Amino acid sequence: MYSVRIHGRGGQGVVTAAELLSVAAHAGGRYAQAFPSFGSERTGAPVMAFCRVDDRPIRLREPVLTPDALVVQDPTLLRAPGVFTGLAPDGSVVVNAAVARERLPLPPAVAALDREHLVVLPATALALSHIGRPVPNVALLGALAALTGLVPFEAMAAAIRERFPGKVAEGNVAAAHAAFDLVRQALPAGAGRERSDD
Amino acid sequence: MPVNRVKFYQTGSYAVGNRLLDPRSRAVQSDPARTNAITTGHRACQGCGEALGARYVLDAAMRATGGKLVTVNATGCLEVFSTPFPESSWRVAWLHSLFGNAPAVATGVAAALRAQGREDIRVIGQGGDGGTVDIGFGCLSGMFERDDDVLFVCYDNQAYMNTGVQRSGATPPAARTATTDAVGPAPGNAFGQGKDAPRIAMAHGIPYVATATVADPRDLEYKVERAMSFRGARYLHVLVPCPLGWGSAARDTVRLARLATQCGLFPVYEAERGDVVAATPIRAAVPVTEYLRPQRRFAHLFRPELRTDVIGRIQAIADANIARYGLLEAGHD
Amino acid sequence: MTEQIEGSKAVARAVAACRPRVVCAYPISPQTHIVESLSTLVRTGVLPGCEFVNVESEFAAMSVAIGASATGARAYTATASQGLLFMAEALFNAAGLGLPIVMTVANRALGAPINIWNDHSDAMSQRDSGWIQLYAESNQAATDLHVQAFRLAEEMSLPVMVCMDGFVLTHACEPVEVPTVEQVGGYLPAFVPRQRLDPDAPVTIGAMVGPEAFTEVRYLAHRTHLDALSRIPALGEEFARGFGRPGMSLLAPYQADAETVVVALGSILGTLKDTVDGLCADGVSVGVLGLTAYRPFPGAALCAALRGARRVVVLDRALAPGVGGVVAADVDTALRGTRTPRYDVVAGLGGRPVTRASLDAMLRAAARDALDPVTFLDLDTDLLAGAAGHG
Repeated sequence: MYSVRIHGRGGQGVVTAAELLSVAAHAGGRYAQAFPSFGSERTGAPVMAFCRVDDRPIRLREPVLTPDALVVQDPTLLRAPGVFTGLAPDGSVVVNAAVARERLPLPPAVAALDREHLVVLPATALALSHIGRPVPNVALLGALAALTGLVPFEAMAAAIRERFPGKVAEGNVAAAHAAFDLVRQALPAGAGRERSDD
Repeated sequence: MPVNRVKFYQTGSYAVGNRLLDPRSRAVQSDPARTNAITTGHRACQGCGEALGARYVLDAAMRATGGKLVTVNATGCLEVFSTPFPESSWRVAWLHSLFGNAPAVATGVAAALRAQGREDIRVIGQGGDGGTVDIGFGCLSGMFERDDDVLFVCYDNQAYMNTGVQRSGATPPAARTATTDAVGPAPGNAFGQGKDAPRIAMAHGIPYVATATVADPRDLEYKVERAMSFRGARYLHVLVPCPLGWGSAARDTVRLARLATQCGLFPVYEAERGDVVAATPIRAAVPVTEYLRPQRRFAHLFRPELRTDVIGRIQAIADANIARYGLLEAGHD
Repeated sequence: MTEQIEGSKAVARAVAACRPRVVCAYPISPQTHIVESLSTLVRTGVLPGCEFVNVESEFAAMSVAIGASATGARAYTATASQGLLFMAEALFNAAGLGLPIVMTVANRALGAPINIWNDHSDAMSQRDSGWIQLYAESNQAATDLHVQAFRLAEEMSLPVMVCMDGFVLTHACEPVEVPTVEQVGGYLPAFVPRQRLDPDAPVTIGAMVGPEAFTEVRYLAHRTHLDALSRIPALGEEFARGFGRPGMSLLAPYQADAETVVVALGSILGTLKDTVDGLCADGVSVGVLGLTAYRPFPGAALCAALRGARRVVVLDRALAPGVGGVVAADVDTALRGTRTPRYDVVAGLGGRPVTRASLDAMLRAAARDALDPVTFLDLDTDLLAGAAGHG
């Protein structure tokens, strides 16, 4: 079982991101489960969503406590308590930030991750240029797909097109693609992609 | 043998005039083929205004709808005295659910009929003043707001008679009830702001709102028929004296209903889409004491001393009604 | 074909496939996504011939459903938590009138303190309302239970509550095979009411019944519930034949021939099964007995299923203050006359996550008979100490 925890703020499409990831995984013939950190959070409040992917039906319903991958949609959450709690030793981290990783307040264990396990990208800027709205969720999914190979990009694109109407869908696919390429180009040759063929 | 000429002077209930009118103009109650929606054998008290009112209303509604009618009844006297298991006085399709939900249940019936393509069948919801202006008020307002195709009828006897005459939101000021006893420095019900249900209904802008009493069955029947000519939410507020709760003689039910209108305390009018379109004029306004004095619930206003102060405040309410609805002005029909 | 779909949306589509004539709704978290979806399905014509009524309260929602059902229309609504309490009076009325309304309860805690998260306090508070209560383990189960609930309700002339854990299921996106209109058509016949409001054949419904017959009326209600105990598995089997996947049953055993058996209901069963797998791998003999039907309570079947158990743990997602778990009391009644030790574990109140780790530790303790008679799982003693300091 592979599990992902997404941290963000209300209005950033955190729940949508987890659902899209699960839809993409399902389309690839795997079992998936996505759910939010249930609450009455208003726009701007810290929120979480979870996604599990497995080769057999998923029965477990506890929150994702030991994620294999973490997505942080808002850099202001990096100092928030619990964001990195439980991250697997060889886990992957995707952070939305417009600055280099060295300038981010990352915990030592995360700061020490190599570039095959930690990627920092300006997802909000990508979203603004491709979608016209500062919603970084889908770009970050593109980055996650490139970094971890959890789902093939085409499955992700199909999930996006299923979820959003025409132009919005294409903008989101473009943002995800830009992020996907950005991460792939930064990866050492052969990294990341292999895992999508598991 | 001297001929005793009878002068048919149409007044009040028009009862005498019925058989002289052409059949189409006759009251539903004069028709031997009327539904008798509540048939004989029920267990209402002698002189029950509510039993009278409900029969007038439903018989008229049955005629207006060609017998295609479903009735939803709130808990209360009307429900209790009419359906002691295994008997029922109802000769119409009739459902009782709860005290506070009759307007919503009626909405459900109307929604079902609409979904079934049976909008030829009409829906009446009915209850007493407790079920209407108090516990059922939220559901009533919701039904009005959605403009559901329901005529809701309130039989207002101004207190919780079914449970033993406790105060309701429709109990008039100074009236003695079991929970507003005629003791202490301010005997009887307090002078509050009142809850004018017909005017609140009008504020919803629904197609039709009317008031009526059991003293004028032809007017009541006309208003039911008129209400049935509209689609959407409609409201009819009928004053129904209660001998038990009012402390009045059983024979005085109709007389008290008439006095309530003639003194101005219970204005009789019709409104469409939130505006009053007609009010029944008062031929000669009577002082409120004429109406109050026969009722034991107001006896403390007359004994041991005459409470002119309290009576004055009640008279002021009546006068305000007369002014508001132009009840003494000429030209009203 | 399975779809990766949110539980609420899957349930809404299953309900729509049952072709209700009247759907009424008053919003309350976490029920909202279900009725929002149904509203759209009605407006877009996917669910034709249906009146969607936006009411002013849950009390009105159930009342509208009562009126509609009494008029012979298939009626549905959904609620949770405070909303269920607000319609409590109408719940008893719907059951007493024998109206086959189906309602989803997106299980949520009851206040105060106000809490929007999942537990079973709401539905448990209405356990004696006369409604049949079915609990869903997964979104597939929740979806399928609705189709079976309409069939069961209309056959028994009783209202049915389908309980699905709020947020945990309603907001979870997982693979579900959503029944189609055609499939449902072959399973759920047109609604033929036992009696209905009809001007051409007027009946009085809802008459007053006095002491001379009230006991008999209630006895009949009890007997109808007992009859449902045999109809639930029968209709579940018929569902399985028609839909090619398991239908409802009274109980859902999982390795239940173990020394220690946990009785539970709802979505916690999934996490329990994973936990039990881990324990069995370690040689700890633990099994799970899920309850799908809570009302009527399958006492005899439960007793038979627990015959071989050395001990029984009842995992309750609701609390009866001064008593302990709610379901535990029913299990005690079922086990009357046996000497099987029974442990009561109150867990996951107000959305507290019930983790595999906590269940694992608790069940290991239970297997050693080292569990208190009533245990509050993951009780935060630091928090309690703080509260005591303020007392």
